[in-house]
Amino acid sequence: MGRKNRLILLGTALFIGFFPVMVTNIKAVSHYVDVMVFAGIFTLVSIGLSLLMGYAGQISLAQAAFFGIGAYTSGILTAKFGLDPLLAMPAGMILCGLVAWIIGMPALRLRGHYLAMATLGFGVIVNIVLGEEVNWTGGPSGMSDIPALRIAGYKITSDIAWYYLVWGIVFCVLIFCLHVIHSRVGRALRAIHEEEKAAECMGVPTARYKVRVFILGAVFAAIAGSLYAHYVTCINPSSFNLMWSIRFMLMVMVGGMQSIWGALVGTVLMTFIGNEWLRMFAEFEVLVYGSILLAVALFLPGGIVSLGSIAALRSRKRASALEDAGS
Amino acid sequence: MTMAASRLNAPILRIEGLEMRFGGVAALQGIDYEVPAGIIQAVIGPNGAGKTTLFNCISGMVKPSNGAISFDGRRIEGLAPHRIAGFGVSRTFQHVALFRKMTVLENVMLGRHSRTRHGFFATGLRLPGMRSEEKLIRQKALEFLDFVSLARFAELDAGTLPLGKQKILEIARALATEPRLILLDEPAGGLNMRETEELGDLIQGIKELGVTVLLVEHDMNLIMDISDRVLVLDFGRVLASGTPAQIKEDSAVIGAYLGVEIQC
Repeated sequence: MGRKNRLILLGTALFIGFFPVMVTNIKAVSHYVDVMVFAGIFTLVSIGLSLLMGYAGQISLAQAAFFGIGAYTSGILTAKFGLDPLLAMPAGMILCGLVAWIIGMPALRLRGHYLAMATLGFGVIVNIVLGEEVNWTGGPSGMSDIPALRIAGYKITSDIAWYYLVWGIVFCVLIFCLHVIHSRVGRALRAIHEEEKAAECMGVPTARYKVRVFILGAVFAAIAGSLYAHYVTCINPSSFNLMWSIRFMLMVMVGGMQSIWGALVGTVLMTFIGNEWLRMFAEFEVLVYGSILLAVALFLPGGIVSLGSIAALRSRKRASALEDAGS
Repeated sequence: MTMAASRLNAPILRIEGLEMRFGGVAALQGIDYEVPAGIIQAVIGPNGAGKTTLFNCISGMVKPSNGAISFDGRRIEGLAPHRIAGFGVSRTFQHVALFRKMTVLENVMLGRHSRTRHGFFATGLRLPGMRSEEKLIRQKALEFLDFVSLARFAELDAGTLPLGKQKILEIARALATEPRLILLDEPAGGLNMRETEELGDLIQGIKELGVTVLLVEHDMNLIMDISDRVLVLDFGRVLASGTPAQIKEDSAVIGAYLGVEIQC
């Protein structure tokens, strides 16, 4: 995956590993561990979306719906049928993968933003179903009493345990994706993004790759949904509506969609903004999100992770300007 | 020698009754032609004669309105480009279509796609088979870069190369797919005289590898120097075909296309 990525990975792992140690002793920010659990769960969704947006050049407005399908599959199978959560999670993953395949096949064979339209419709439908199927989902008020996660006999309940579990999974997914990107498959995806026709003529089945990235993103969202359901133990449809799909997109864009690290940075930042620092705006929250989106699109199209390379370029320019002045 | 070659070799490409219409415009009408294996086959004609459309039909980028194209005895018209590439047909583009933000080496590595197989799971989990395959991809790509003398630019971004080198890089990328037929669409466009000479040597080197070359080009000197056979298209029809010497003498060709300016 390259030296640079390994260093970033190590640095991030150290930070994530010591984060709870740093904040738990300070009363004012000790609940940040809880916020970070949510941030980790959302990161799973946004990593998948960033692969789709950054590499296949497609937008999906159904990530919250896949997140929801994962959550409700886990919720229903464990609360109503008493299935082990560790079996319910793969069930949600398979279901989401299948659904993504069915939507993606026709929508991604066409050039243009048909996937955005198809997923917009699908997302709305899923939300209606979650709200109306009262017998299964509990309707608008949702379902509660979703059992806690149990791994090898240990019940996972404390925030700290959840924190390390979720971020452990995030790192597995992150490493998986970094390996994919720096391989034959990743080169094909980048080629599709740059020159689709040339990629196709060099033997890359472009439509098939786009569908697979979409499926991968849906499966990651399902994992996230399942974790979410067992962490909060009560879920309702409003956590999986269109607004959330837009938020996931925003997370990817704020961080920078050309890099998988952008998804991580953007998601953590936006989760803190949404859960902590924007509480006072209440209903005007949407307005703030809109402004952030506008500002990023206008002034920082590469997202936060592009700040580093911009700074490097500036200092290099300044150095060469100094050299010119000196000679 | 060229006549002997065309008698000996079975056709690698057979085109029968090929027609391509865009709305009311017929870009190709009733093309019948066979290309013997192992030769350099030039395709010439004035602008709009249908040369690039012919390439697009063969490589699968457009679906012909009518007619058949057989590559090595297998019908390929209307198939997806990646499948045709898999059978052993590769191409370059008139307007350079490199992956500009990928390195020179990565561009050629992508050419190995249809000759390799590991997917999302194997690459994501870095299974042992995938690692050795990845090493082989890199090694093969370097060999092809070496063949076109671009190895020392391997780590540069493809977009930073000068146009002449970009054109050569496209050829290396196409060769990396290990084609038996390669379509070169105006490879000398934008090249200076020395670069064009080197290109001529390179194309002959490709022929020596046993790859059949289909060459669309406007540079008449290059065509006359290196091609074994020439096909002349005019308004989407076959105007003439034969050896370069025959084409030079063909009155229909001289009248329609070459004019009186040709020096030979």
